[in-house]
Amino acid sequence: MNKQIIFTIDQKECTSEAGKYIVDAARENGIYIPTLCNYKGVKPAGSCRVCTVKVNKRHLTACTTPVAEGMEIELNTTELNDLRKAVVEILFTEGNHFCPACEKSGNCELQALAYRFQIMAPRFPYQFNKRDVDASHPKILHDHNRCILCKRCIRAVKNEEGKSVFTFENRAKKVHIKLDEKLGDSLTDELAEKAMEVCPVGSILVKEKGFEIPIGERTYDKVPIGEMLITDK
Amino acid sequence: MIENKIQKILDKFNRDKTRLMDILLHIQSEIGYIPQTLIQPIADGIDLSAADVLQTISFYHFFTLKPRGKYTIYLNNSIVAYMMGREKVAKVFEEECGCKFGEVTEDGLIGLFDTACIGMSDQEPAALINGKVFTNITTFRAREIIRDMKQGRKVEEMFATTFGDGKNASPLIRTIVRNRMKRTGPVLNMSYKAGNTLLKQVAQMTPKEVINEVKLSHLRGRGGAGFPTGLKWEFCRRASGEKKFVFCNADEGEPGTFKDRVILTEKPEMLFEGMTIAGYAIGAKEGILYLRYEYMYLKKYLEDVLDRLRKNNQLGPNTANIKGFDFDIRIQFGAGAYVCGEESALIESSEGKRGEPRNRPPFPVEKGYLDYPTVVNNVETLCSVVRIIQNGGDWYRSLGTEESTGTKVLSVSGDCRYAGIYELEWGFTVSDILEMAGAENTLAVQVGGPSGALIGPDDFNRTLCYSDLATGGSFIIFNESRDILRDVVMNFTEFFIDESCGSCVPCRNIPTLLKHKLEKILQGHGTEKDITDIKEWGNMMQINRCGLGHTAANPVLTSLKNFRHLYEDKIQKTVEFDSGIDLAEAVAESCEFVDRIPKF
Amino acid sequence: MSKPIIATTSLAGCFGCHMSFLDIDDRLLDLIELVEFNKSPINDIKNFTNVCDIGLIEGGCCNTENIHILKEFRKNCKILISFGECAIMGGLPAMRNDVPVRECLEEAYLSGPSTVNEERILPNDEELPMILNRVYPCHEVVKMDYHLPGCPPNADLIWDVLHALILDVNIELPYEVIKYD
Repeated sequence: MNKQIIFTIDQKECTSEAGKYIVDAARENGIYIPTLCNYKGVKPAGSCRVCTVKVNKRHLTACTTPVAEGMEIELNTTELNDLRKAVVEILFTEGNHFCPACEKSGNCELQALAYRFQIMAPRFPYQFNKRDVDASHPKILHDHNRCILCKRCIRAVKNEEGKSVFTFENRAKKVHIKLDEKLGDSLTDELAEKAMEVCPVGSILVKEKGFEIPIGERTYDKVPIGEMLITDK
Repeated sequence: MIENKIQKILDKFNRDKTRLMDILLHIQSEIGYIPQTLIQPIADGIDLSAADVLQTISFYHFFTLKPRGKYTIYLNNSIVAYMMGREKVAKVFEEECGCKFGEVTEDGLIGLFDTACIGMSDQEPAALINGKVFTNITTFRAREIIRDMKQGRKVEEMFATTFGDGKNASPLIRTIVRNRMKRTGPVLNMSYKAGNTLLKQVAQMTPKEVINEVKLSHLRGRGGAGFPTGLKWEFCRRASGEKKFVFCNADEGEPGTFKDRVILTEKPEMLFEGMTIAGYAIGAKEGILYLRYEYMYLKKYLEDVLDRLRKNNQLGPNTANIKGFDFDIRIQFGAGAYVCGEESALIESSEGKRGEPRNRPPFPVEKGYLDYPTVVNNVETLCSVVRIIQNGGDWYRSLGTEESTGTKVLSVSGDCRYAGIYELEWGFTVSDILEMAGAENTLAVQVGGPSGALIGPDDFNRTLCYSDLATGGSFIIFNESRDILRDVVMNFTEFFIDESCGSCVPCRNIPTLLKHKLEKILQGHGTEKDITDIKEWGNMMQINRCGLGHTAANPVLTSLKNFRHLYEDKIQKTVEFDSGIDLAEAVAESCEFVDRIPKF
Repeated sequence: MSKPIIATTSLAGCFGCHMSFLDIDDRLLDLIELVEFNKSPINDIKNFTNVCDIGLIEGGCCNTENIHILKEFRKNCKILISFGECAIMGGLPAMRNDVPVRECLEEAYLSGPSTVNEERILPNDEELPMILNRVYPCHEVVKMDYHLPGCPPNADLIWDVLHALILDVNIELPYEVIKYD
């Protein structure tokens, strides 16, 4: 076991093992740091920037930065909370998120963050980018309208040889997730399920499955994201 | 047959997936593009998925899955190119070819494409044609070039009869590119004797002594970020790893920068000597020069220089007669991505991947190339090191200012009589440089390229140094005839929109949103709210991961700060809200379809 | 003192938000005590006869008439509220926004599988509103003061917000009432 260290989050003294990522160390101390592209057990990407905190006047992502002795972390400042909110707002305008028509509504982490942050309408203009819906795969429905490009599927869904089933294609505004043709053809039910599970939004869905739990009774319908994790601890 | 070729290329790189960039570059140079049908065989050959190979290919500007013509013209679209007449030249190319930019002629003969700054800002408009550089293209030349292509002439035969100055004319380069070394200083002057420092001085020093000398000089990274070089080396030396690597970052992609191109042409021995010294200091055996694709025309020449150094014991087993110091250098080419100038993206790219910057920590000095401790230094930094060892850290520290020691090589371009490179001690003012370059009626200067700052006459008395106007060297001058918002800021913003790696949410989106705001303001629909939005939204860029992301809103933000009146003049003072929607335009398509004349 | 005046309308919407408004049930009786209604489908008043305090907008703008009415609401209402996903982000009608309007019309009037239009008549009467190139969220057309998300917005949310605005008090909205579905 690594040595125990002391650090603070918004002046509250915390302890953790050295080397743990800030998000995890915070959770151990009962403090929730909002995340979106982060997923338990998967190498962090630090791409959505929702978990941005401030240490020594510098912005850092809490999912990729390890805690260190004496670290003074700013988390819930007006500035940071607004930046986090703005990131979620951008994502709502970048993709085409028609929540009322989405199977993931109520279980969607993007939506849950928006609920938690009480976003009534985004400050940014809707981009209405053209995105495809790919229903050609026998097991998976891939709706790129809902994709937030968090790369969770890329990082988490690998075949037995460790190859990524999903990858990123293109760059800048043109980036999108691509399912490898060959690996996609031999996708097991298990991996398809996993892909749906890691997708924070309703972009990757397993076919012939849906609305098992009715709207209104889903994960984030009654309890804000983050609250459960803290109380469960 | 193609299959055979592919297998040979794969074998050449030991079917090593980390050499994917080289594999793709070789295939593309053989075939002209990377056919879809080859993706799976390539992937199988290096144990990747096809999607993995595609994600690398699709990241880089110069890789293509479709043929781009027997002759491919990449015409630079950076700001200076426009200032020097790009638009007219582009029009001639389009007319003569009968196709638009982004397309290939029907017979597949000529492809016309845009490309970001190719490091020729002192001789624009310029283009890369099948890897060869064409500079100072006029409409007349453009017509000539297309005519030559239609006659099937070789690209090298299309040059005018004379070549550029200095080594540009040497048999292995033979380009019309010019060096334009307007002013050389203590680092780049003629007194350099290749290999002397390494063979005579470094060979007598311990690595620790080398590092101490560099630390003593207070040399800071010349790429722009300005991290102390000696410290970087020390961190890397101390880091544990069974191998270590030295990288030279020669990906100069910052629009308006071209100093590395000149150094690579005129003083490659000095750069390689610097890399070797760095390798000795940190305990590396391999150096990698990451060279931007745009400078492919220097490949044969640089490889020849490396061969010569190997023969002279300045590389290879027991380099400089230092027992056990078997140092060698290879060249890694990029394939067109500005973000690869960021050190960790450069490393990712060198590993055959998309050039996406890494999260830090860990820093490259701890975990860099192939996860080994790695130092990445700029071309100019490594050249400065040679002089520091030669003349001593104290000597170097006596140059420049107290906190910005030594010299800086500037790439001066735009509205001035003497564009070119200038090696100056830190501490000169912007006015000094404008005077040196023969610039008159200057309205604004872009210091440090698009990622730097756009400043106006009020700031011309400021000095170039790390504590005031830090710069990677790009210095673009705009005179009073230029439209700052419409031309300059818009061009830079579009550049950043294209060059984002696409990972971080703000970087992927904000520059586009700012561009739309700018368009709205330019169209006369702007309000005060649009200005506050620009400021607030631009501010979000600070939470991006890398330097590109942090600075991609700078063209808009610094112009707003230093030229606020240009924005104020264009917004509506008495209107609180303007949707910016043009109703006539919004109904045009539907009315046309149902055959109806729009009436309001 | 006169009662605050409310106006409502449904632009490119389905009237579902208005239904949810009626779902405040017996609180309607309280509301009637508190306010007066002007232009609204609820009372079928077609034109503004008074300056209103609060305007509730359902639906986004898909044609020139929507834009015209929305601007009229902006002119006549002190506080303007987008209520429902369509008003806020275009909603279901905006699913056409990444398809060129020409293709949409072609599918609807000429080539769609359920279309029978042998004479190929296209709706182009002068009286008809003109179709916009895309559906615009209300706040991209005029300045909107508040947004009540939901499809439809929760009746409690509508009530809480109206109540607070009418009485001019601050409110903390409970987590459950802000939903996008």
